[in-house]
Amino acid sequence: MSLVIVDTGCANLASVGFAFDRLGVQKTISADPDIIRAAQRVVLPGVGAAAYAMASLRARGLVDVLQALTQPVLGICLGMQLLFESSQEGNAQGLGLIKGKVGEMDTGSLPSPHMGWNQLRDLADDPLLAGVKQGSYVYFVHSYGVPVSGNTLAACDYGGKFSAIVRSGNIYGCQFHPERSGKTGAQILENFLKVPA
Amino acid sequence: MLARRIIPCLDVRDGQVVKGVQFRNHEIVGDILELALRYRDEGADELVFYDITASVDERTISPRWVEQVSQRLDIPFCVAGGIRSVQQARARLEAGADKISVNSPALMRPSLINELVDAFGRQCIVIGVDSFFDGTDYLVKSHTGDPDNPRTTGRKTAEWIEEAIHRGGGEIVLNCMNMDGVRTGYDIGQLSAMRKICPVPLIASGGAGTASHFYDVFMEAHVDGALAASVFHKNVLSIPDLKKTLKQQGIEIRL
Repeated sequence: MSLVIVDTGCANLASVGFAFDRLGVQKTISADPDIIRAAQRVVLPGVGAAAYAMASLRARGLVDVLQALTQPVLGICLGMQLLFESSQEGNAQGLGLIKGKVGEMDTGSLPSPHMGWNQLRDLADDPLLAGVKQGSYVYFVHSYGVPVSGNTLAACDYGGKFSAIVRSGNIYGCQFHPERSGKTGAQILENFLKVPA
Repeated sequence: MLARRIIPCLDVRDGQVVKGVQFRNHEIVGDILELALRYRDEGADELVFYDITASVDERTISPRWVEQVSQRLDIPFCVAGGIRSVQQARARLEAGADKISVNSPALMRPSLINELVDAFGRQCIVIGVDSFFDGTDYLVKSHTGDPDNPRTTGRKTAEWIEEAIHRGGGEIVLNCMNMDGVRTGYDIGQLSAMRKICPVPLIASGGAGTASHFYDVFMEAHVDGALAASVFHKNVLSIPDLKKTLKQQGIEIRL
């Protein structure tokens, strides 16, 4: 299994990489288009702001490369948000790999950012969720989100439901941080390595 | 439902975890990695590491142990201690920390908060506030790592929290200094007052002694998380028992 974590220049590359180390999987952190294209699995991590992250992908010449991938791709947190058409955060254009827009969450009277352990709900039957139980807690940190749609594999509720896990064909995304979500997070990462290509 | 967080705090000095009472008389309680893994296994929701001497000694925490912790932990953790530039923050985040917390350097130069938020996003910038009740007002102190020389800042706690959030801080850890290490309960009055002006997550710190102290602070002050050190380090409370008790009492808790 060749696994590449796209070097987006964002700050949490190491912790995503360590999560795969704990699973005993070799990974490469790279921004090289050839290495990314050749990988069997691609992970797009991200923290920070959408506009900044997209500018970083553009500067590395990775937008076209990511848009053309046919192997399983997993976006994490901001990396998931970048998979969509656009984000309200800084009016950023996204990669457009999944239909839909990222918007600022309406948390009502609840504190924002949505930060901490929250539960996965309405789980779809999908290989990415094999062995994951309804109501499992995973770790979120975000203030923008994606509404529930036909692409939602799991929802979460914080002042209203939003997408916790999405999939469109070979493109997967987790709004939470699987690398910091205990055993449930590890299970999801392991499942990602096993989903049919 | 979003779970309330139970957050063991590890005060780090010279590569060891230490604990004092009201910021004094520190005893060594153990090795950083060993304690981190113990708390992970026991079900801690998050860990905070404070290098308590960093601001005093004009240095910052070493990314090396941050990396070792990150390699092993599958729960989030925050590092704090003397971070006074974007570059220093970046080194800790790149080593694998999920959040960084700033306290004294932000008081000395508040625009540091804006710079950090611009560089990394508000979700990973925590503002630590050491607040002292002088009988009349809640006042912010800085450089509390040196018990003989904490500095008064001339700032009221409520005003500083509002400014820190306005500058983009994504979470507030409010340490009520009068309660630190004495295990007589969180400062519910102060935390309730600050909750009202704090639209970002608020973490209570200082005073935990029993499970009912956690129950009270969640129910009455509506904080998002409760931080504690000595009760966990000294096995006064076990995290699994504490979390089970709180869950049975109806608090949203991750078991």
